[in-house]
Amino acid sequence: MAPQPPLLTMSGITKSFPGVRALDGVDLEVQAGEVHCLLGQNGAGKSTLIKVLAGAHQPDSGEITWRDEPVTLGSPIAAMRLGIATIYQELDLIEGLSVAENVFLGHEPTSAGFVVRGSAARTATAELLKRLGHPEIDPTRLVGDLSAAQQQIVSMARALSHEVRLIVMDEPSAALDPEEVDNLFRIVGDLTADGVAVIYISHRLEEIRRIGDRVTVLKEGRSVAGGLPAKSTPTHEVVALMTGRNVEYVFPERPEAGFAAGREPVLTVEGLTRRGEFAPVDLELRPGEIVGLAGLVGSGRSEILETIYGARKPDGGRVLVDGTPLRPGSVRAAVRAGIGLAPEERKAQGLLMLESVSSNVSVSTLSRFARAGWLDRRAERAAAHQAVRELSLRPDNPDAAIRTLSGGNQQKAVLARWLLRGCKVLLLDEPTRGVDIGARAELYAVIRRLADEGLAVLLVSSEVPEVLGLADRVLVLREGSVVHTADARELDEHRVLDLVMEGSLTP
Amino acid sequence: MTQPATAAQQEAPTSAAESAGTQESSRRLGLRWDVRSLSLLGVLAVLVAVGGITAPDEFLATSNLQLVLTQASVIGVVTVGMTFVITSGGIDLSVGAIVALASVWATTVATQEFGFAGILFTAVIVGVGCGLVNGLLIAYGRMVPFIATLAMLASARGLALQITDGSTQIVSVESVLDLGARDAYILGIPPLVLIFAAVTVIGWLLLNRTTFGRRTVAVGGNAEAARLAGIDVRRQRLYLYLLSGLCCGIAAFMLIVLAGSGQNTNGNLYELDAIAAAIIGGTLLSGGRGTVIGSVLGVLIFTTITNIFALNNLETAVQQIAKGAIIVAAVLVQRRSLHGDA
Repeated sequence: MAPQPPLLTMSGITKSFPGVRALDGVDLEVQAGEVHCLLGQNGAGKSTLIKVLAGAHQPDSGEITWRDEPVTLGSPIAAMRLGIATIYQELDLIEGLSVAENVFLGHEPTSAGFVVRGSAARTATAELLKRLGHPEIDPTRLVGDLSAAQQQIVSMARALSHEVRLIVMDEPSAALDPEEVDNLFRIVGDLTADGVAVIYISHRLEEIRRIGDRVTVLKEGRSVAGGLPAKSTPTHEVVALMTGRNVEYVFPERPEAGFAAGREPVLTVEGLTRRGEFAPVDLELRPGEIVGLAGLVGSGRSEILETIYGARKPDGGRVLVDGTPLRPGSVRAAVRAGIGLAPEERKAQGLLMLESVSSNVSVSTLSRFARAGWLDRRAERAAAHQAVRELSLRPDNPDAAIRTLSGGNQQKAVLARWLLRGCKVLLLDEPTRGVDIGARAELYAVIRRLADEGLAVLLVSSEVPEVLGLADRVLVLREGSVVHTADARELDEHRVLDLVMEGSLTP
Repeated sequence: MTQPATAAQQEAPTSAAESAGTQESSRRLGLRWDVRSLSLLGVLAVLVAVGGITAPDEFLATSNLQLVLTQASVIGVVTVGMTFVITSGGIDLSVGAIVALASVWATTVATQEFGFAGILFTAVIVGVGCGLVNGLLIAYGRMVPFIATLAMLASARGLALQITDGSTQIVSVESVLDLGARDAYILGIPPLVLIFAAVTVIGWLLLNRTTFGRRTVAVGGNAEAARLAGIDVRRQRLYLYLLSGLCCGIAAFMLIVLAGSGQNTNGNLYELDAIAAAIIGGTLLSGGRGTVIGSVLGVLIFTTITNIFALNNLETAVQQIAKGAIIVAAVLVQRRSLHGDA
């Protein structure tokens, strides 16, 4: 390519949220007419970066240059005026408005400045949909009535309704079937031929090879490589850039491989499936074992966990505890049988944020401390204290307000709740989310100790090293199917990422 | 790779059938609302039939029908404003109190000296002013609408009581009283009904034909998506409470015309009637969908029930119970139709 000035240059972009440094020095350079791919693991900062580019987040520091001039993207409108349009994975459309109303939301064609010229919007929308290869979508239909794939097309029409020079696409193929993906690539080809640049985010390496020109890799909020040739950079090199954290966690020692083989499984999952979420899963969990589910967001990890717990109703298959099948889709049945869940959204789904540690721990076991409905608060408090002490929760005070505790100690309170209840199977969904690095090692040790005491643990985490370091066995998920099962010691981060992105091991 | 393919196969036939089935009805999006409004019209027709059977002479008399429409007018104007607020995902509990405050402020001796214009102007300005305070607290003070407007409810009613000291302020401006006279007609229609009709038409246009209406729906449907689409969500919220206040000011003026006086007890429980009418009309309490026509039909249904009960000398207690039952029934029906859509 001739040494043209780049269309967009971002340099040294940083952005912090309370407690998290989401972007820690990102450089990105995009040429007009190219497909520039952004790669990185979950939490590497891709979403934050594109929100900065869309004007939805303000960076703390760093410079953005647009066509050789420094710019500030102070609001979504400012970004749109420059010709930057973003297709988000979600949050994008208003279900109660029609297709045409969504496409022109915020920049409706008007007369007298405020009267919407509905027919003009509909005509223009029909035109855009035709260009996108979907003339069958009626511009007057409500977006809420469309399929996910059709909504994706509407989002794209919306991006194209602006005068665009740069389109950001955040996993646009996730909701599309293979034919639609071909159509998407045709559109991307048309756009770049017109000189429009595309920033393309996808976890599917084969897509990046097909349409990408260059790749920028993000890791832990930093750009670790920029401008790699998309077609010729070997997979292992890309994966190597994405992996290898600087911080090494300390994991507790594991028992020998196959230690639990002789034990009767406490949890058995047979052909459990939910249409559109995950294909039939088989799984056995024995006392003392920690089994991990590894996969990307949207691979069906959390859905599997919640279906086992009865919070989602399966379309097929069953869950057995100690050989007895559970009533499908019933949380009560699961809890009675001895299953406990530490949910992903701890604050929203797990804790009573205004209450004390003690009442958070005893909430699942209240009837044990009650006589004719009256609570024996002293017994409740004593039992809760005992449980939190076993997990070395700090402060060692059951009356402390739960909101004043750190993330790690809040998580321990959730575990103490199930410990008090005497559960046999513990389901952990992202147990270390929001837990700082120092506290993680301690939480890992607690989880391993619970397993050593005879608990069976099923662990979901988007952090591959965590699953590999903590679990005895690992199931790798890709787009709702288990693609590989292995002893955790036989896997490493590269192999798991290969499986997750390509569906097979590369030599 | 097999997974997405099978998913596509499962999906393909349903989406094809779907698009074929809705093609016709979807051609005119407005029709969707009309279908819902039609069922409300059906309810209204049944009520009129009931009225005609139980009180044949009184109910269908022109004077009675005019009375029903006039009574519906005041609360109707408030409900149009409320419809916008609810569509945006908010709530305005202070409408009744604002009507009271505006009606007494506009009928003080000092205000009445300025005549017709003084009364109208004061009522509208007080309404808009209260709406401004609500809007600023909610949009820029980040207060929950329920709390901010609850506080306005309490303080506006208190201020109204303080201004009047509990007494009724009689209006002595002839031109205002003339508007409310039994034989006052403009184009053959009672003036208050004409105001109601005008507010309804303007409200419908505003919601369905302008960027303002589009933004209202967007903010209520998904505020974050609206923000990312470049809409100034806060300013929109401010405008919405201003609009509700404006409607309250107009309603206060209508009440002054109707009663020939201003009282601090005016507009009692209007907030509940307006919310109920909007909800049975088809506006979603959670925001994102709203219909001015539905709200107006909701108001007419409630007013007609009240009228029929009064003509048949039934207790107001029974009337209240009937109202409650209608609200429950309407929301259950609405939920079913929503599930049907999905």
